[in-house]
Amino acid sequence: MPVILQGLITILIGVGGCVGYFYLSNLILDRFIFPAKGENIGRNINRANAVRPWLFLFPAMFVLGLYLVYPVVGSFVRSLYGRNPNEFVGLGNYISLFGSSDFQTSFFNNFLWVIIVPAASTFIGLVVAQLTDNLSWGNLAKSLIFMPMAISFVGASLIWKFVYANDADIGLINAIRAMLGFENPIDVMQIPFWNNLFLMVILIWIQTGFAMVILSAALRGIPEETIEAAILDGANPWQLFFKIKVPQIMATIVVVWTTITILVLKVFDIVYTMTGGNFGTEILPSYMMDFMFRDDGRATAIAFVIMIVVLPVMIWNIREARKEMR
Amino acid sequence: MADLKLTDVKKAYGNVTVLEHINLDIEQGELVVFVGPSGCGKSTLLRMIAGLERITAGTLEIDGQVVNNVPPSQRGIAMVFQSYALYPHMTVRDNMAFALKIAKKSKDEIEQRVSNAARILQLDPYLDRLPKALSGGQRQRVAIGRAIVRDPKVYLFDEPLSNLDAALRVATRIEIAQLKEQMPDSTMVYVTHDQVEAMTLATRIVVLAGGGISQVGTPLELYQKPQNEFVAQFIGSPAMNLLPGKIVETGDRTVIEMDEGGRAVSEYPTTPEDQGAQVKIGVRPEDFVAAEEGDYIFEGKVDITEALGEVTLLYFETGEASMEEMEKGDAAVIAKLQGVHQNLRGQEVRLTAEPSKVHVFRNGTSILYR
Repeated sequence: MPVILQGLITILIGVGGCVGYFYLSNLILDRFIFPAKGENIGRNINRANAVRPWLFLFPAMFVLGLYLVYPVVGSFVRSLYGRNPNEFVGLGNYISLFGSSDFQTSFFNNFLWVIIVPAASTFIGLVVAQLTDNLSWGNLAKSLIFMPMAISFVGASLIWKFVYANDADIGLINAIRAMLGFENPIDVMQIPFWNNLFLMVILIWIQTGFAMVILSAALRGIPEETIEAAILDGANPWQLFFKIKVPQIMATIVVVWTTITILVLKVFDIVYTMTGGNFGTEILPSYMMDFMFRDDGRATAIAFVIMIVVLPVMIWNIREARKEMR
Repeated sequence: MADLKLTDVKKAYGNVTVLEHINLDIEQGELVVFVGPSGCGKSTLLRMIAGLERITAGTLEIDGQVVNNVPPSQRGIAMVFQSYALYPHMTVRDNMAFALKIAKKSKDEIEQRVSNAARILQLDPYLDRLPKALSGGQRQRVAIGRAIVRDPKVYLFDEPLSNLDAALRVATRIEIAQLKEQMPDSTMVYVTHDQVEAMTLATRIVVLAGGGISQVGTPLELYQKPQNEFVAQFIGSPAMNLLPGKIVETGDRTVIEMDEGGRAVSEYPTTPEDQGAQVKIGVRPEDFVAAEEGDYIFEGKVDITEALGEVTLLYFETGEASMEEMEKGDAAVIAKLQGVHQNLRGQEVRLTAEPSKVHVFRNGTSILYR
């Protein structure tokens, strides 16, 4: 059977199955379980209406349960076992994790990522959104800044590998150094501590476009009169921006910030591609990858730590996004 | 506290001229209302005074100083917007204090001015609330308070009552009138499309139409001696009736023979050159009275009556009216008779008016203003 036919059939079965489920289950509920006739017609209609939302929610909840809740519980259970899945170690994996200097390094690095990347992306995105708003070529600038969003992290890393290349003929950084008269090229990926920041630049480069697009829309949503009123009140452009505009889009800023934060906690491709976690650039997801398939107990323990760190940010993000919608 | 002077002000967007030849003197202590149909440029003119729109040509003087290129905040003006334009993230107190903080006033002075404005506007209980926790009327009071604390030379109001419901609009209108009483020296410019607001609040009204000023005058001047057909029909509700006719007698009094039959006598004086001129006479619905005997100005069949108790409105059939005329409202002749008049529908009625209430327009302009 040709692959395309297989695909089409799969789609048909999937979509048809969904439609069939909702239609048939609804039909069964209304015709047979609580029929809208007979003696208890009023009570039956009320009951059917009480059951219906659960009926429609069930597939989503079931699939989420299967692929999200079960793995979380499963991972936690697995993290209580050692390298050998039959060897119960309790919290041993966690204890040895927090004692390991590699883990501490990656935890600290991750902490830096979480602080710096969302802050820088949101701030630069906000500034760019404001600056490009009144430019005739602003849309062109925005398109260019947004473009990295369309590149995969691995692709972006490859581009920056050229920028950081340890060769004045290839690497932009070393070319600039050579122009300024420094003789020997350096490998910026091997400068301790600062190499972390160079890696973060890649993600900032990618995420600024996202922040810019969302914040630009928010800035345009500010009522023009409040800005005119502030101009009449004597606010200079600086005050206008920070005292009138930014506070009015604070909810959006928080959503952008937390969304990027969550993303940062998941990124491992950049570190994996650029340094492979060497030279003190390890972060939690790449540290987890180091153990995966070798010591699953330890790897799942790291995964669990990541989840616990993400959770509060996630909750905050959803709350703010909901507030925004109201 | 100052006077405002516009000299030959013009506003154009590219090749499109919105306003032209605007000459206006506003004296200290006046409350001048700009009225006009939508799109006449009244808000644009206000925004030019505020400095939110550039003045294409001509000069704007505040307090004797040309301010064409002075930034808005240094013109000594404060503006109240239709949409209130409160800063949503600041409390009422901070909203009012914002301009003073920007101007780096001392804490004591800010506190004193804000509480003073809050007292005048009865906003004391709400000072620590956010705008979203206030009603429409309260929000508009905060917006006015924000203007008061700055102690400006000129207050600008851009349709401040348009977002309020009918009852609140009347109440807030009275509050603005009282506010003006409390600050007799302050100069105010007020834009509205509501002629009741204009008539009740204004010291003088500026009627804007067709990219220029149609007439400037006190509310009663505009009502009693409209300069042209536009002002005649714009001020007063229902609009003034305009009927075509020909001048047959000139002098201190003018006699007009109506095209539809009937004769009108007006106190407007005319010269012998006017003899035989084609004119339109204008009579306000409320100035029509039933003609007992002799001369009448208009005769027609009553189409619809509206009995409002104190007055009765009569709508007359006037043959075929074009769409354009219908929109302009001069399709039907309308009379507003005092008291109750029953069983007039379908009857032929003759109407006349006092000579002092009969306006005469030649080529669209009142012959009083030639």
